[in-house]
Amino acid sequence: MSGKKQLTPYEKVLTARAVGRPGMMEFLDALFEDFVELHGDRLYRDDPAIVGGIALFHGIPVTVIGNRKGKNTEENIRYNFGMTSPEGFRKAVRLMKEAEKFHRPVITFIDTPGAYPGKEAESNGQSNAIAESLAVMSSLKVPVIAVVTGEGSSGGALALGVADTVWMLENAVYSILSPEGFASILWKDAKKAPQACEMMKLTAQELKAYGLIDGILPEGKRLLPAMDKMLQAQIKRLGKFSGESLAANRYHKFRTIDSLTKE
Amino acid sequence: MTIDDIFRQRKKRLNSLAEIRRSSVREACECPSCKRRIPTDVLQLTGWVCQDCGCYLTMPAADRITLLCDEGSFREMDAALTSADPLHFPDYAKKLAANRKKTGQEDAFVGGIGKIGGIRAAVGVLNGQFLMGSMGTVVGEKIARLTEYAGKKKLPLILFSASGGARMQEGLFSLMQMAKTAAAVERFQKDGGLFVSYLTNPTTGGVSASYASLGDIIIAEPDALICFAGPRVIQQTIGETLPEGFQHAEFLLEHGMIDMIVERKSMKETIKRLLVLHGKQS
Repeated sequence: MSGKKQLTPYEKVLTARAVGRPGMMEFLDALFEDFVELHGDRLYRDDPAIVGGIALFHGIPVTVIGNRKGKNTEENIRYNFGMTSPEGFRKAVRLMKEAEKFHRPVITFIDTPGAYPGKEAESNGQSNAIAESLAVMSSLKVPVIAVVTGEGSSGGALALGVADTVWMLENAVYSILSPEGFASILWKDAKKAPQACEMMKLTAQELKAYGLIDGILPEGKRLLPAMDKMLQAQIKRLGKFSGESLAANRYHKFRTIDSLTKE
Repeated sequence: MTIDDIFRQRKKRLNSLAEIRRSSVREACECPSCKRRIPTDVLQLTGWVCQDCGCYLTMPAADRITLLCDEGSFREMDAALTSADPLHFPDYAKKLAANRKKTGQEDAFVGGIGKIGGIRAAVGVLNGQFLMGSMGTVVGEKIARLTEYAGKKKLPLILFSASGGARMQEGLFSLMQMAKTAAAVERFQKDGGLFVSYLTNPTTGGVSASYASLGDIIIAEPDALICFAGPRVIQQTIGETLPEGFQHAEFLLEHGMIDMIVERKSMKETIKRLLVLHGKQS
């Protein structure tokens, strides 16, 4: 950050959402080899807003799952602006269970304005799909690494975020809901999102200070080497634990997040 | 005067509009459907069901427990847990204080051990009257503790939800309670525990999308709103009006998301039958 102007929380939100910001597909391209995309939830549909598959990372097979956003209007419509439907979460769950079966680490890339608030999504059990993903992730017996690369909003982000180690890019944001949603609940005015951002504590730096995330990755030219190094180090570190220990440690990690005053 | 006479007179008195108008806000609640003001003591007798239109009112946690558990059998756990306002969120401390005064509880969840028709069970109730039953770290922690206790003691777990979702004022700490509670019930169930999730009006957002949707058996109350995104948000997103009954209990039953809809008067009997069918004994 040295020498650079410090962005306000709202400026970070805009940066995190900027079209052309590197996302999952760029990271797959730059850091992984032999990516084979796998499709569908085996129940109803393939959700294009979630990408998942198997790739090699420095020669090790890993399962990679993440949100996909478009680079233009046509793509945005195809990928539903990065908003996941129940079928997307169910595809993610299927791929995670498969990773567990074949002893592959799971890496997730999170960049979503939230789970899709649509008629069909609700009819097909959006709540159930998110809940199931949280439950399955919490007990996976393989290493799980999550990176919030852009905006991580609400349960739709957390559904890919129950990981052994959670990282954020330096201008990424992670929050209970979108700043617009927050402002419209608080002041019935979505245009007050900039004010909401000041209160929400959604920047990587604030969340690291709370201990809610484990690390921050620099952006710009340093991003790819830093992400590569982090993923290598974490896969090596987590690979030393048994499946049972990984699940137990992950349970403990989320079990101990609180802000209580009395015991 | 016989007891019957007294009861009849009392009922007449309560039905008189003048009496209802004179009741203060604290002693009466308005039926959200027919708008009639109903005195609290009457609501306690009717299980918080409006006798005029049949609407289910938000039931205070204590009354839910009274209706479910055998008399005097419930022992509350972790009642004193409170949150530290991690975001220093404007007016949160004030709001907590006001809700504590209103409900007599420290936060939005009451959990403990009680007996249902003689069968011991871990019972927890989200109080929809405390900050809309929203889940912050106290609610998440209490649910996790109760679930872990039920696991250790091999007790069935029955959780009643009524919530606007994750609690905004605790930010990402609240969101993480979704992971905490989902993980706790997942572990409990994998160890053989029976989890009955009971959804009441409304169960939405981060509560609906975490532990509440993970019951071995999911029961809903008639007409309860159960959803991830609320109808208003969806209407804004897709710009069309939603069909009547969308996201209500009957709709969820039709779409395969819940096991059954149970009327409040049959709640205790239904839960007891389910416990017996799972080999639980008094």
